[in-house]
Amino acid sequence: MNKRKLKEKLAYLFLELMVLIILFSIGLMFYFIISRGIRIINWEFLTQMPRKAMTAGGIFPAILGTFYLTISTICFALPLGISAAIYLTEYATQNRLIRIVRVSINNLAGVPSVVFGLFGLAIFVKFLHFGVSILSGSLTLGVLILPIIIQTSEEALSAVPKSFREASLALGATKWQTIQKIVLPNSFSGILTGSIISIGRATGETAPILFTAVTFYTMRLPNSIFSEVMALPYHIYALMTEGTHPESQVPIAYGTALVLVFLVLGLNLIAIIWRNRFRRSKKW
Amino acid sequence: MVDDILQNKNNIKMQIKNLNFYYGTHQVLKNINLDIKSNIVTAIIGPSGCGKSTLIRSLNRMNDIITGIKIEGDILLDHKNIYDEDIDVVEIRRKIGMVFQRPNPFPKSIFENIAYGLKINNLTSNTRELKKQVETSLQNAALWEEVKDRLNTSALDLSGGQQQRLCIARALAVQPKVILFDEPCSSLDPIATSKIEELIQKLKEKYTIVIVTHNMQQAARVSEYTAFLMSGELIEFDITEKIFTNPTQKITEDYITGRFG
Repeated sequence: MNKRKLKEKLAYLFLELMVLIILFSIGLMFYFIISRGIRIINWEFLTQMPRKAMTAGGIFPAILGTFYLTISTICFALPLGISAAIYLTEYATQNRLIRIVRVSINNLAGVPSVVFGLFGLAIFVKFLHFGVSILSGSLTLGVLILPIIIQTSEEALSAVPKSFREASLALGATKWQTIQKIVLPNSFSGILTGSIISIGRATGETAPILFTAVTFYTMRLPNSIFSEVMALPYHIYALMTEGTHPESQVPIAYGTALVLVFLVLGLNLIAIIWRNRFRRSKKW
Repeated sequence: MVDDILQNKNNIKMQIKNLNFYYGTHQVLKNINLDIKSNIVTAIIGPSGCGKSTLIRSLNRMNDIITGIKIEGDILLDHKNIYDEDIDVVEIRRKIGMVFQRPNPFPKSIFENIAYGLKINNLTSNTRELKKQVETSLQNAALWEEVKDRLNTSALDLSGGQQQRLCIARALAVQPKVILFDEPCSSLDPIATSKIEELIQKLKEKYTIVIVTHNMQQAARVSEYTAFLMSGELIEFDITEKIFTNPTQKITEDYITGRFG
């Protein structure tokens, strides 16, 4: 075997090995979470309140809290993010101000989530007097995922060929008609996929809701957007750091983690199915 | 034929007056003056980068969507400057249709491609009317016979030539007065090209047509008037026959005989 072929073979083996390592790590993670979590999961675990200072019972309030937080985050972040993306790609002229806005959005995406938590505490909880509540928490999560929604939506919008826009304008369509009838329908799947993935991220975040929305334990289920809630990610944190009965709390934490992972994976799965369905009908 | 054209002499549809066009500081068009007459085909020829696409895109204000441009001078449609402040640019683009270099049907059905312009301009009041107008437009673009049984299939499944005729039908549907063709055959094979050329001959009975082409034979075949553009300047503008047989300018002759370009 000559040297060139040997190098080729080595490079291939090396890359293959790297992929296997990644697959193995992911597999290991799932194995641990599933094997430790699955034992505790049953109907009661998903639908009951916690009992005996969270050493027994279910995690229903945390599931409900995470559900409410996610839904409210969607309500705030999607209209805002998608509108901003439409403005930036379709209307804004490419001047210095818009470039600064773009750079700021990109940098915002890199800010650690705990910083968003502090920001939410200062603005929503204290300054606007929303208190520790679903409202404050979902606004904070909304701000956290805005940059992702804007970026992915902008990408999806820019992917619509310029020739479609020109064709529409040349027929006497207004800019808004062109956006509404040509650009948005053709970028819908991309916007949706990006949005769902970012919402998955929001669902799993702990730091932004730590000071703004969650409570360690509450007997009452939330009855308005001003209620404080329990949430899955924080519930795991609480179970692992507080309380006095680790032997009964750790399994509950793994069970909670499993529920959370499946929730986020479920969201991503929806995004993937959706994207594939739209991709099939799209040929340009 | 030349007599026919001269009879139409006073029938000017569009007029370009002292047109200057700049991309940033770069001047692309230099003091262009050109009359476009009704119901004939006016061809714009010239080497690549001479400004012919910029010129034709100024006629329906498609250049407006590009940032960093400056335009001076007047372009009149029926004696009214289309760059006046009180002009509705959307209405101008409806009156002056455009067919682009590459066929660009929307990723919709054949029917919806035509119906789009009718719907956004509120040109039909009911579904029956809409269907009728879609059919008429497709017939006028010589495409109806080929697609009448598959109106609901995707326009992207059509061949390149069919797609371009669909784009012509789409432009016809919104009842323009003028149709601009920006190198409409540059991505088509010879057979599809000849079909488009035939169609242009038929369309000039009803519409005023301007065509940009890099293909001199095409200009000679389809147009009554030809403008020769070079480096942003209008070198010569005359009856096509004259441009191709007896041009006044040496440089025009050099170009049409293929000495450069």
